[in-house]
Amino acid sequence: MSTVKEILQTMDYGPAPEAKDAVTAWLAKHQPGFRHYIGGAFQAPRDGKLFDVHNPADGSVIAKVAQGSAADVDAAVAAARAAFPAWSKTSGETRARYLYAIARHVQKRERFLSVLESIDNGKPIRESRDIDVPLVARHFYHHAGWAALLDTEFSGLGPVGVCGQIIPWNFPLLMLAWKVAPALAAGNTVVLKPAEYTPLTALALAEICDEVGLPKGVFNIVTGDGETGAAIVNHADVDKIAFTGSTEVGREIRKATAGTGKKLSLELGGKSPFIVFDDADLDSAVEGVVDAIWFNQGQVCCAGSRLLVQEGVAERFYDKLKRRMETLRVGDPLDKSIDIGAIVAKVQLERITKLVEQGRREGAACFQPSAPMPGKGWFFPPTLFTDVAPASTIAQVEIFGPVLAAMTFRTPDEAAALANNSAYGLSASVWSENIDRCLDLAARIKAGVIWINGTNMFDAAAGFGGYRESGFGREGGREGMIEYLTPLKKNSAKDPAKAKLSAEPTASAFEGKPTLDRTAKLFIGGKQARPDSGYSYSVLDAKDHAIGQAGLGNRKDIRNAVEAASKATGWTALSGHARAQVLYFLAENLSARADEFAARLIAMTGAAKKAARAEVDASVSRIIHYAAWADKYDGRVHYTKARHVTLAMPEAWGTMAVSCPDEAPLLGFISLVIPVIAMGNRVVATPAPLHPLSATDFYQVLETSDVPDGVVNIVTGERDLLAKTLAEHDEIACAWYFGGAEGVALVERGSAGNLKATWCEHGARDWLSTEAQGESFLRHATQIKNIWVPYGE
Amino acid sequence: MNLATDPKRKVAAAEPGHNHPRNSGIAFNEEAVLGPTVNLSAVERRTASLPARRSVKKEYQAAWLVKAIQCIDLTTLAGDDTPARVHRLCAKAKSPLRADLVEALGLADDAPKVGAVCVYPTMVKPAVEALTGSGIPVASVATGFPAGLMPLDLRLEEIRRAVADGAGEIDIVITRAHVLGQDWTALYDEIAAMRAACGPAHLKAILATGDLKTLRNVYRASMTAMMAGADFIKTSTGKEDVNATLPVSLVMVRAIRDYLQETGFKIGFKPAGGLRTAKDAMNWQILMKEELGREWLEPDLFRIGASSLLGDIERQIEHFVTGRYAALNRHAMA
Repeated sequence: MSTVKEILQTMDYGPAPEAKDAVTAWLAKHQPGFRHYIGGAFQAPRDGKLFDVHNPADGSVIAKVAQGSAADVDAAVAAARAAFPAWSKTSGETRARYLYAIARHVQKRERFLSVLESIDNGKPIRESRDIDVPLVARHFYHHAGWAALLDTEFSGLGPVGVCGQIIPWNFPLLMLAWKVAPALAAGNTVVLKPAEYTPLTALALAEICDEVGLPKGVFNIVTGDGETGAAIVNHADVDKIAFTGSTEVGREIRKATAGTGKKLSLELGGKSPFIVFDDADLDSAVEGVVDAIWFNQGQVCCAGSRLLVQEGVAERFYDKLKRRMETLRVGDPLDKSIDIGAIVAKVQLERITKLVEQGRREGAACFQPSAPMPGKGWFFPPTLFTDVAPASTIAQVEIFGPVLAAMTFRTPDEAAALANNSAYGLSASVWSENIDRCLDLAARIKAGVIWINGTNMFDAAAGFGGYRESGFGREGGREGMIEYLTPLKKNSAKDPAKAKLSAEPTASAFEGKPTLDRTAKLFIGGKQARPDSGYSYSVLDAKDHAIGQAGLGNRKDIRNAVEAASKATGWTALSGHARAQVLYFLAENLSARADEFAARLIAMTGAAKKAARAEVDASVSRIIHYAAWADKYDGRVHYTKARHVTLAMPEAWGTMAVSCPDEAPLLGFISLVIPVIAMGNRVVATPAPLHPLSATDFYQVLETSDVPDGVVNIVTGERDLLAKTLAEHDEIACAWYFGGAEGVALVERGSAGNLKATWCEHGARDWLSTEAQGESFLRHATQIKNIWVPYGE
Repeated sequence: MNLATDPKRKVAAAEPGHNHPRNSGIAFNEEAVLGPTVNLSAVERRTASLPARRSVKKEYQAAWLVKAIQCIDLTTLAGDDTPARVHRLCAKAKSPLRADLVEALGLADDAPKVGAVCVYPTMVKPAVEALTGSGIPVASVATGFPAGLMPLDLRLEEIRRAVADGAGEIDIVITRAHVLGQDWTALYDEIAAMRAACGPAHLKAILATGDLKTLRNVYRASMTAMMAGADFIKTSTGKEDVNATLPVSLVMVRAIRDYLQETGFKIGFKPAGGLRTAKDAMNWQILMKEELGREWLEPDLFRIGASSLLGDIERQIEHFVTGRYAALNRHAMA
């Protein structure tokens, strides 16, 4: 032991260990092995298998935990299913009381949970104590509120059912809270699988649920590995899957759930930019970097892992950063003076080590501070790479470790371009003392969360989630609640009859003197275009006589249409008011040609005159409806922290695909295409395959209504064939599909490529009903970007 | 810009009691004053988490608190100060810690004493008398403390008198109007004149940050004062509405770091006013060690301006030694 006299020379911090007796005792009590929590009881694994859980700080085994089998998952889903009717009918206020009780109990056990989390995961006690656990309580509080407000704030929506939730190891208890709190608030029941490396705090929370008397089966835990997760994902009686984890596994889950009717939300990886302009508070930005990439050992999906610094200050900034890195303390997670703890698992440490070696090999300059690493356990030093090229591996791959890849930029344009040069789009951090510049970048960066002069700020009142391959769906806030709710009214089960479009000539419906032939073409980039295939198919009337031909669109037509749509960015940049004017003009011109459009419907479908006229009138009304919305579907300012404006802005996806239903050939098309463009998207639409001529007639209306070229592109042909190509197209950010069950599966599976968001329905809707318009369409036509703007002078 | 190659810069050797070459000041450099920016929310975020990022316990805590005592400018700046009161304060300055505690800490052969005694100019003489042979310097406030709104020639004369009476350190106040009016060259010239008037005495520039309001102003005033030759920059007179805070201190120590980077001169930092508890002292020590390094824990680069802080530190040290919670009346008052 050092004497006071000696310490007066060194002025070291000395050890400051957090006590762990209570956790050690708890682990000892469970020494024979932790069990699943199913139906309100701790149950041994049905096949008796256990696996080891380690303390990353020393590699020791701290617990044995049940390995969930398919039978265990069956039992948990059955328990959740059995609990669902009563729980979903429990009043919102009563559910709120349970959530409130959980929040309170988490607070009463805060130190126990913090210590346990740090032992299990390796994160510093400072973080688990000051960040993770307080946020856990905050999420349960916040969602207790939503439970109480559910009936009034989300009318027309109800719980989805049994939710399968699979969470990662980086924030074990916090990710549980992010998933369980909204699910229970909305009236769902849950089967949760914690990560195999870090299952212990979830099991401790199960004890808390027991303690507060949460009804049996409402919340169930099955521990295990990827196979256990797969059993949940593939379980037929699960209604929703919520997953946080790697993009790779997210993609597998998207494929596995395709066509099953399961609702899905994915919060996946990232390679988030941290942008420092030359007018930023550089010292504060350095601290920002510390919180961005050395928080939780960099094992954070929204870690600011790509540092972009403006050229003029780059060297100065790197100097400051390196000096700061020298003061980072790596070591025992339970020491209160430790900044960087242990990497969660040996394989993760190996992965980080390998990627860092690769970064060195690829020529980037590597800096690590001089302090030695702890002698045991799985640790990795904070690492800075400079001179990193955008093409290098460490600039592209998510390392999920304390490794920062830095590069420079010259102008704001270049900063935005570099920031967006990624398959991911989870978050971004922008540092500048010029608010115009900050908000400009915030608007231009494709990411779900933007922090201005800050980083890794979280609150239950704000939505969190990504753009692009960082996933879809949000957690937190109003936008997060939506993910656990579903419309109470369901579609009829009737799927459209399968029809093969034939390129062969068909007998005409016309008799006598021939009418002047009208050729329906594809409509791409504002121009009428012949199908690439050179084939057309006959469009038949109700008596199977040909009333005309439509192009048989193929992959290349889709490619051309998507390219045209992608270029029409001017539309997205317009104000809502400007778009509204175009839509009103569109309504005006359709209205002027109402008779012609009604006649076309009668000819195609054999509809009664009155019904045809009603569909045209409803189409005009629907355009007016969305013209009205165009400048009104605006965002919110979330109440997060004091002296913060947290803007939740709905943004257009960009390029969207819409596959239109068979019923209501005109109104179905209008009901989907118009809200999409009203929100500023550009669209490639495939009209009702059997009755495409209303849509092809409509391009003439588009041409006369000042709709810019490329905003609406129409490709006729086989719906599912075209939908598959659209779903697999990486330039499309969101695909809507209204058709048959098989098509839904095709689209959902195809979307896994770039993890585009999808909205798929099969079965028939009543398009004349007012339920076929309104906010839910606008919500699906946008994604929410949360922009955090702290202020103060 | 590289101020280190400024031809006007003269490097003096370190003086007795000071381990670093004295700041000679440099020519006014507008870019260095106005270039850097400060973001309030980000600064507050750093200072909110900083005390939670480091924890100093047991014998380490005792040592850190002893070090804090050695950095205290034990202060009396009241209208009712008398020579006798100042003598009492000086006695406490020489033996800030009860002898049995010093013994228990194993420090009897080199008992801790405070960094300086800080008084009004007319109290310099009695303080010097009382401290003769102790090695503890007397610091005098000057330049029309606390408002500083006296004619400049009188303020300079006040400095010269205090130095003549034996003050080794002069705590000057700046003209806040120069800051609020963004007249940085006026501020520079004024402080440079004061530094000249100090002669061998060290100049501590009190920025009165509570009056400056924005952290940007705090940074700019800090940088200007250092360029003009300040040996220390100090937060407050103790008389403003808001005195030393961690955010203000963080901005000042960052300015010290920038000045060091550019010139090689190590400037001292003195928070004053508002530090009342041992925990406060340690928070500031952690700030110094993290932001500037180990050297800034020593009294030649770090001082704490305080009057009541010492009492709480004594109680904490007694608790470390005895394991029992202590009462103030068991420690000698100043």
